[in-house]
Amino acid sequence: MVFIAKQLCKLALGPVLLLMSVIAVAAGDESSINMSPGVTEVGRQIYNLHMIILWICVVIGIVVFSVMFYSIIYHRKSRGVTPATFHESTKVEIAWTVVPFVILVVMAVPATTTLLDIYDNDEADLDVIVTGYQWKWKYEYINDEGENVSFFSNLRTPQSEIYNTAKKGKNYLLEVDEPLVLPVDTKVRFLITANDVLHSWWVPQLAVKRDAIPGFINEVTTRTSIEGTYRGQCAELCGKSHGFMPIVVNVVSQEEYTEWLGEKQAEATEIKDLMAQTFSLDDLMERGKAVYDSNCLACHGANGEGGLGNAIAGSPIATGPVGPHLEVSINGVPGTAMQAFGEQLNDVDMAAVVTYQRNGFGNNMGDLVQPIDVYNHKKGQ
Amino acid sequence: MGDHHHGPAKGIGRWLFTTNHKDIGTMYLWFSFAMFLLGGFFAMVIRAELFQPGMQLVEPAFFNQMTTLHGLIMVFGAIMPSFVGLANWLIPMMIGAPDMALPRMNNWSFWILPPAFLLLASTLFMEGGAPAFGWTFYAPLSTTYAPPSVTFFIFSIHVLGLSSIMGSINIIATVMNMRAPGMTYMKMPLFVWTCLITAFLLVAVMPVLAGAVTMMLMDIHFGTSFFSAAGGGDPVLFQHIFWFFGHPEVYIIILPAFGVVSQIIPAFSRKPLFGYDSMVYATSSIAFLSFIVWAHHMYTVGMPIAGELFFMYATMLIAVPTGVKVFNWITTMWRGALSFETPMLFCLGFLVLFTLGGFTGLMLSIAPADFQYHDSYFVVAHFHYVMVAGAVFSMTAAIYFWLPKWCGRMYNEAMGKTHFWISFIGFNLTFFPQHFVGLAGMPRRIPDYALQFADFNMMSSIGAFIYGASQLLFLYNVIATIVAGEPVSDEKVWDGAEGLEWTVPTPAPYHTFEEPPRVGPGVHAHG
Amino acid sequence: MTTQTSTEYEKYYVPEKSRLAVCATIGLMLSIFGAASIMNDMTFGDPDEQTYSWPIFLFGLFFFMAVLFGWFRTAIKENIAGMNSAQLKKSYVLGMFWFIFSEVMFFFAFFGALFYVRMLAGPWLAGEGEAGRMNGLLWDGFEFAWPMMQTPQEAVGGAAAQPLANNGSYTSAHTSMAFRDAEFWWKWLPLWNTLILLTSSLTCHFAHTGILEGDKKKFNKWLTVTVALGIVFLGLQALEYYEAYAHFGLTLNAGIYGSTFFMLTGFHGFHVLMGMTLLLIQLLRSVMGGHFTADDHFGFEASSWYWHFVDVVWVFLFLFVYIL
Ligand code: HEA
Ligand code: HEA
Ligand code: HEC
Ligand code: CUA
Ligand SMILES: [Cu+2]
Repeated sequence: MVFIAKQLCKLALGPVLLLMSVIAVAAGDESSINMSPGVTEVGRQIYNLHMIILWICVVIGIVVFSVMFYSIIYHRKSRGVTPATFHESTKVEIAWTVVPFVILVVMAVPATTTLLDIYDNDEADLDVIVTGYQWKWKYEYINDEGENVSFFSNLRTPQSEIYNTAKKGKNYLLEVDEPLVLPVDTKVRFLITANDVLHSWWVPQLAVKRDAIPGFINEVTTRTSIEGTYRGQCAELCGKSHGFMPIVVNVVSQEEYTEWLGEKQAEATEIKDLMAQTFSLDDLMERGKAVYDSNCLACHGANGEGGLGNAIAGSPIATGPVGPHLEVSINGVPGTAMQAFGEQLNDVDMAAVVTYQRNGFGNNMGDLVQPIDVYNHKKGQ
Repeated sequence: MGDHHHGPAKGIGRWLFTTNHKDIGTMYLWFSFAMFLLGGFFAMVIRAELFQPGMQLVEPAFFNQMTTLHGLIMVFGAIMPSFVGLANWLIPMMIGAPDMALPRMNNWSFWILPPAFLLLASTLFMEGGAPAFGWTFYAPLSTTYAPPSVTFFIFSIHVLGLSSIMGSINIIATVMNMRAPGMTYMKMPLFVWTCLITAFLLVAVMPVLAGAVTMMLMDIHFGTSFFSAAGGGDPVLFQHIFWFFGHPEVYIIILPAFGVVSQIIPAFSRKPLFGYDSMVYATSSIAFLSFIVWAHHMYTVGMPIAGELFFMYATMLIAVPTGVKVFNWITTMWRGALSFETPMLFCLGFLVLFTLGGFTGLMLSIAPADFQYHDSYFVVAHFHYVMVAGAVFSMTAAIYFWLPKWCGRMYNEAMGKTHFWISFIGFNLTFFPQHFVGLAGMPRRIPDYALQFADFNMMSSIGAFIYGASQLLFLYNVIATIVAGEPVSDEKVWDGAEGLEWTVPTPAPYHTFEEPPRVGPGVHAHG
Repeated sequence: MTTQTSTEYEKYYVPEKSRLAVCATIGLMLSIFGAASIMNDMTFGDPDEQTYSWPIFLFGLFFFMAVLFGWFRTAIKENIAGMNSAQLKKSYVLGMFWFIFSEVMFFFAFFGALFYVRMLAGPWLAGEGEAGRMNGLLWDGFEFAWPMMQTPQEAVGGAAAQPLANNGSYTSAHTSMAFRDAEFWWKWLPLWNTLILLTSSLTCHFAHTGILEGDKKKFNKWLTVTVALGIVFLGLQALEYYEAYAHFGLTLNAGIYGSTFFMLTGFHGFHVLMGMTLLLIQLLRSVMGGHFTADDHFGFEASSWYWHFVDVVWVFLFLFVYIL
């Protein structure tokens, strides 16, 4: 008996040590091999739950595999053993039905409490509508103070880094032009939906993952206790650029947040002013290139050569009359990937990007499209 | 009518027109192996692109097509037909029947498969590209936003479904109606049991999948709104229907594997299977539970909490019958006289790695934790542990185990063992690191990733190439065996093997059990 | 002429080899390829371009049906030649039973969809329940009722006004198929259809008792009535579809109500057509080929099971699509 026990211990030692070392590394905080506890209460709960079930599985695994390896080593034919003939026992069958069941109940208890905590529907202090688009996120603040503030958040990593012609930056693929900004220690409710196909809004550090479903709104709340920048990605296959629609959340102090919100609102007013102005070709081209690169490039190519979308260089529409060009850009082409950008871009940006398409890529039409033209086109419908 | 030709016909006609279960089984097996190579090739493209950050080899759109076709071809083309092939070869021999119950339909079930996959693969060359919406083809990416080739994809799924349904009806009819006198249900080898239960599952869920793709077809071409909120439908409805099929489907993949392992472990333990009855009950319980757990793939869609809880508890329960199986296998080995030929090695690999995959499955079933795991590489790791180390390993074991019986020649043991060890190492190198990147936040189905995931991905890709290369060794070994293996003539190729298939001559003649054997007390049917 | 061997069992007949399967595959694949091409030309292609989709489809379909005809004929011939042992017959019985079971599951998917939208998704879209309480932001003014007489899209003012990408326009019916929309009960087609199908199940049963008694006359008579009822049912169903499209505004485009209505009744109608055809073939076999005896009439029996199954599906349809 003692002998067997000793052998067992020896046997178990290997795997145990191996697993311990893995887990020890895994348990480290800034870990790249384990789940992060994140910066929310819910995140910590989920992390603890994850570690509990992981450990239970590890222990069961050690027991089960020890028995197996014991057999493998001691009950081999080459040792000249004669096989036993026993082949059933209701008692042990019952035992190994009941014991795992009990273990499962033990696991189910923390799982249930955590779930109930996550599904907490009390009023939130701040509501943000999150809408998934192919392939960017739109954020809208709908409470009183944030009214009117809404913007799109596009991937900022340049194509050159993606296609290996430039060195990849630190936050490669996890950087956006306009991050979502949230105040710290505030209960935020995300109202998640989608415009076209399914997406999923996932920020591991906030322990939030919820599918964005076109036509339905999912609710999920979070309360972040530490300021910082948290990064995530779309987690539901949504087409070609699914891997290229990151999420960046800046959690800042209440004051900074208020300031930021004020700026955003000022920006909105500024755009209103700009809409009344006329621009020079250079201004429009410069602005247009920026808009193009973050909105159109994914489909129409860096040099307007096309891809998922038609070529812009030499395209009959971009080199034809302005009307149809505006029409396609504003209202899209139903039933194709060409979306209606009228809602997504303000009139200034729209004017700029259309001008850019008409004059860039060797199209050289030489005509200008002003914000007022866009405005009139929209009105004319 | 009495004068059967006692050998196969000559030429290509033998294969095209055959009604012989062994011929059909052989065709299924070769076909599935070809699909395994094709699906594996696509996986190699995936892993090569993911070798390092940045886009190197393929475009993102094409990457998605690779992922989609890899998943579809592996599941529907490689694994499922391989088990139907095995069932075809073995069930009649194991229950003492002259052939499958409906031989002509059997031939048809097979022959519609290759063209269906041809149709599926041909979408790669169509305008707009192949389906790129994942093997789960969630609407509306697979409806409104899909390339035109989706229509061909839908019809090829219909045909695959038809093939599976007919194949399953055949298996059910054979098992229920063709057992030799004395071969009661509780005397059947466990492999036959698992095939029977798998066939029930298939007949129950393939039509549901057919319904799902039909609704897609209608949404795409005929203006219905099943999966469009604007018309009063719901994209999530698609997921419910899909997973009502999809979850039983994963057990369709693994149950025959359980059956194979339950045949091989006793043989090399030289000891009867422990707890035969409880194995049968456990298999049935798994099959039953598989119908009420589907929404564990959808914890993040925003179900009401009652739904989350129900599906979480139901899913966790599956660990109990599966545990019973694992414990029974280990107890079968306990105090046996073990030897470790290649089939046994693959079964042991199965046992360890499948159990690990089962553990991660259990972790995934915990709804709140799944909010973090879902659609990350943790899930990819989970299902490759259960499907590659589960289904593919056991299938490999089955080939090594029964090949000598089928062709009367012994494979090269040294090469077999090498194949095992390279596979085992390559497999773990590929998929173990995926747990880590998944937990650290890498989503699945992305062609490019952030820099912190680079090291593990490179490891994973190297592992994948090693594992892939080892499959070529397998292919070589099998062909070499058939062509020029060491002849064996013992009826019992393995001294510990039990069951009717080991009572016929080796190699198994073209027609076996034209007169049913009598299975009485004292005849071990199931070891 | 049953093949008896020296032992006490009957030999299980395994056909030596057969071209049927490969031919059937060719037909099936051609028709499927053609059908898919037709659909793609419809939605994705240039309507003026010359395509061969229709010829391929039709050729494939006829080829396939011809092969099936040959297949059944072979099976029947073998049976008449006495090659089928009792055991083989049982295989056929099992095959038919599990085939019908798979059909049940096919309908289950559509009924599942119906229940899901009626009980869960619909109310959620209208902002009811925990899961849907914010949906008013998207579908302001949408009220859920069944039959759904106004789609969410219409509720917000049409395709252009809806808050998500416009992926099609969904109209809705102004008159539903529900009883309350019928002017007089006797003008309510579903009721007649129900009566017809239930009666036909009964007459089919009479035909069965007829053949069991060996009374071929009775058998032929009742089977004729059954087939006729099936045809009448299909006629009424066609009339109903005509009404729906011409007068009720109920089309495939009419939101989820139209979708579920046509999918359920459409596939049911298609199954009635198949069942009716099967029975008709049995009738022709009996009248023209002189087939079937009191203890050998599996072809008829299998068809009658199918018929009863179609009937049961209708009862559920009547309940959940028309009444509730
Ligand atoms: C062969 C196929 C197979 C098998 C057998 C399983 C088995 C299991 N799977 Fe897996 N699964 C897949 C194939 C499979 N799965 C696939 C393909 C996907 C992804 C699909 C996609 O999205 O593309 C998936 C995804 C998946 C998810 C969704 C993850 C997500 O997308 O977020 C979940 C969640 O619950 C899950 C759970 C389980 C469970 C609980 C089991 C259980 O059956 C496991 C039971 C086994 C054990 C637990 C081990 C042995 C038991 C013991 C030793 C007893 C003692 C143990 C305890 C008491 C803990 N699986
Ligand atoms: C039973 C099913 C099965 C099997 C056997 C496999 C086998 C493999 N799978 Fe796959 N896999 C799935 C089912 C399966 N997979 C499913 C369902 C998905 C989800 C799809 C989706 O998201 O929709 C998936 C997804 C998936 C991904 C994630 C893709 C993504 O999310 O973007 C990856 C990535 O590493 C992967 C890798 C592999 C590898 C390396 C193998 C290897 O085991 C393959 C080994 C075999 C070979 C390599 C073939 C033999 C060799 C040759 C043909 C010669 C060429 C060889 C060399 C050049 C070395 N699989
Ligand atoms: C998601 C992919 C995608 C994005 C992003 C995109 N487009 Fe397009 N675009 C398309 C597709 C696809 C077409 C072809 C539509 C068709 O089939 O007619 C198209 C066509 C066009 C055309 C007509 C070209 C021609 O000659 O037919 C113009 C102009 C255009 N897009 C402008 C834009 C502008 C401006 C933007 C950015 C603000 C943009 N697109 C962003 C996919 C996209
Ligand atoms: Cu959006 Cu993936
Ligand atoms: Cu599952």
